[in-house]
Amino acid sequence: MKHVITGDHAVAIGAKLCRVEVVPAYPITPQTLIIEHIAEFVNDGEMNAKFMTMESEHSVMSAAAGASAAGARVFTATSSQGLAFMHEMVYATAPLRLPVVMVNVNRSLSSPPGIWVEYNDSMGERDSGWLQVYVEDNQEALDMVIQSYRIAEDKRVLLPIMPCLDGFVLSHTVEPVDVPDESLVDSFLSPYEPDVYLNPEQPAVIGMLMPPQYFMEMRRQTAGAVEAAKEVVVEVNREFAKVFGRDYGGLIDTYRMEDAQIALITIGTVTSTARKVVDDMRNEGKKVGIVKLRFFRPFPAEELRAALSGMGAVGVIDRSISYNGGGPIFSEVRSALYGMTMPVINHLAGIGGRDVTENLIMTMFELTLEAAKGGKVKEVIWHETRGETL
Amino acid sequence: MKLKDLPDENLFTQGHTACPGCGAAMSIRNTIRIFGKDTAVYVPASCAVVFGTTFPLAAWKVPFFHTAFENTGASIAGMKAAYEVKGKDVTVIGFAGDGGTYDIGLQSMSGAAERNDDVLYICLDNEAYMNTGIQRSGGTPFGAWTTTTPVGKKTQGNRTFKKNLAEIVAAHDIPYFATLSIGHPVDFIRKVEKAKSMKGFRFLHMFTPCIPGWKMDPAKTVEVTKLAVESGMWTLFEIENGEKKITYKPQKMKRVKDYLMMQGRFRHMSEEDIKKLQMWVCHKWNLNYNEKGAPGVCEIEPPEEHHGVTEEHREMHGL
Repeated sequence: MKHVITGDHAVAIGAKLCRVEVVPAYPITPQTLIIEHIAEFVNDGEMNAKFMTMESEHSVMSAAAGASAAGARVFTATSSQGLAFMHEMVYATAPLRLPVVMVNVNRSLSSPPGIWVEYNDSMGERDSGWLQVYVEDNQEALDMVIQSYRIAEDKRVLLPIMPCLDGFVLSHTVEPVDVPDESLVDSFLSPYEPDVYLNPEQPAVIGMLMPPQYFMEMRRQTAGAVEAAKEVVVEVNREFAKVFGRDYGGLIDTYRMEDAQIALITIGTVTSTARKVVDDMRNEGKKVGIVKLRFFRPFPAEELRAALSGMGAVGVIDRSISYNGGGPIFSEVRSALYGMTMPVINHLAGIGGRDVTENLIMTMFELTLEAAKGGKVKEVIWHETRGETL
Repeated sequence: MKLKDLPDENLFTQGHTACPGCGAAMSIRNTIRIFGKDTAVYVPASCAVVFGTTFPLAAWKVPFFHTAFENTGASIAGMKAAYEVKGKDVTVIGFAGDGGTYDIGLQSMSGAAERNDDVLYICLDNEAYMNTGIQRSGGTPFGAWTTTTPVGKKTQGNRTFKKNLAEIVAAHDIPYFATLSIGHPVDFIRKVEKAKSMKGFRFLHMFTPCIPGWKMDPAKTVEVTKLAVESGMWTLFEIENGEKKITYKPQKMKRVKDYLMMQGRFRHMSEEDIKKLQMWVCHKWNLNYNEKGAPGVCEIEPPEEHHGVTEEHREMHGL
């Protein structure tokens, strides 16, 4: 059934449909609507979960880890400063193989303070062992909460996962969303039944001090699980499409790439704007296409190489900066494309919540086309920034 | 439960690597013996993680969980939430040190206490950060040497007085708070059993000598603990539904100096500093435990005025 709802509302409904059992929560803009909706579901008796009002995000992830280790399906949500505050616990959760799902509503991380969309909060958790998926609209936000439990709880993976959505652009904006029937979700997602948990009948010790003679094997196992997630993401996407009729492409999605000469790599909501621009430019005979990066971890290096093979140039949009010449996605993409000869141009835009307009995306395509023709184009471009020239 | 009826089965087993005479290990073992197997434990960063669970060996026969340092309250709350929602009757206990409770873990403990989460929080108080090599915490007593309150030419030892954790915890109006000592096993068992029989947030504050941190003879753990109680440096009491009751009153209070001289961490203390500490103990006893004119030494030199700022007060707090 179609509902016209915010991204945060869609996420909360997703959590309810997944029959999550424990929800430790702490407010932070622009995530707060999520936990407010869940609190209402619980207090109205629509959701049979233990809702815990914690006293900080650090405690949220501590309680989430404890509840997950004790065998419960756990959900929470955060943003920005909250994610940074729980950073220690984000790192603690993944190697213990606790399949927590935490939605991060992307917001810039101080300083300077700001509450609008930027990816420097979640990008900072790149090396934590959490899987990360970025969504384009409210429907995908809801659907990815459901898919996330399937991916995270898969025995080949058993890792926490962070679906990310753009602050305000999605979190507080209403869109029509098809809310699936509970029974359909039940048929897709079974209850969480861990093999090992804090069970007094079969006591386990979770979180032991790990001396150097064993430590690397533990890290290797976590790395292996992140790698194994790639095939699981693809399988879950395929099965989700069969059951719910919506196919998101898996690790990446492509748009009009069949005969494209250049491509722009997008992430999050700018993808929708870019689709429109591609249509307009195609009408003018310009062969441009989009690769939508969905998963940042596991990073789809092989998939990108295959999708971008033969491109004259590749543009990469980054909505955050890593203070090292370019954005974090740019670094990853360039590394993935090592050995391929096309120019890779980094388009920095929309940082701190500034709008990324059709005109701006068209400029990105034009500059990328220029680079494909051998024209002189800067490698890293700060778009529409005072004091910067193209 | 009588002392002789204490179950023989150790769910925190022999073979752990705590120092001989470790007060924390004794407290853990005896607590778990009383609680039995339907228990799950969280331990934050501390010696207890090292001596009980260094891969591939573990001394625990009940489920054990550890992630970080400052999150005992939240972690045990999360574990309990999972058991509740699954309909499992499991008692969740957190064993945190004084650093993990007085200092870095205070917020997390306060959250669990304020929500009245159905868990047992145990603070194993050895009065400093021992696992990192004896640094001062909010629980370190006045005068004590630690590596961050060294005995220098200008300043000798810790210049502040032990934080009044009991009042902070009790201010959350929790069902049960008690202080315990392994030197008083009958009182210890009674309080652990009482905590076990209750629901909601229960807090047991255990006094746990640390052999290397206190620079003392490992054979004297129990003796030092007893002397702490006899001198008023540690007082056995409980607060049940807001009512405070002293559960052991020394017949005649011993002087703090007798307690201090058993431990290398205090041996440098000047007569003046010892007097300051003695006055603090008397003041604390008389003020906090509603026992005017406590037995022995505190009848001799208690500050008369408790609510005004006296000269002793100024001196004591460096005002």
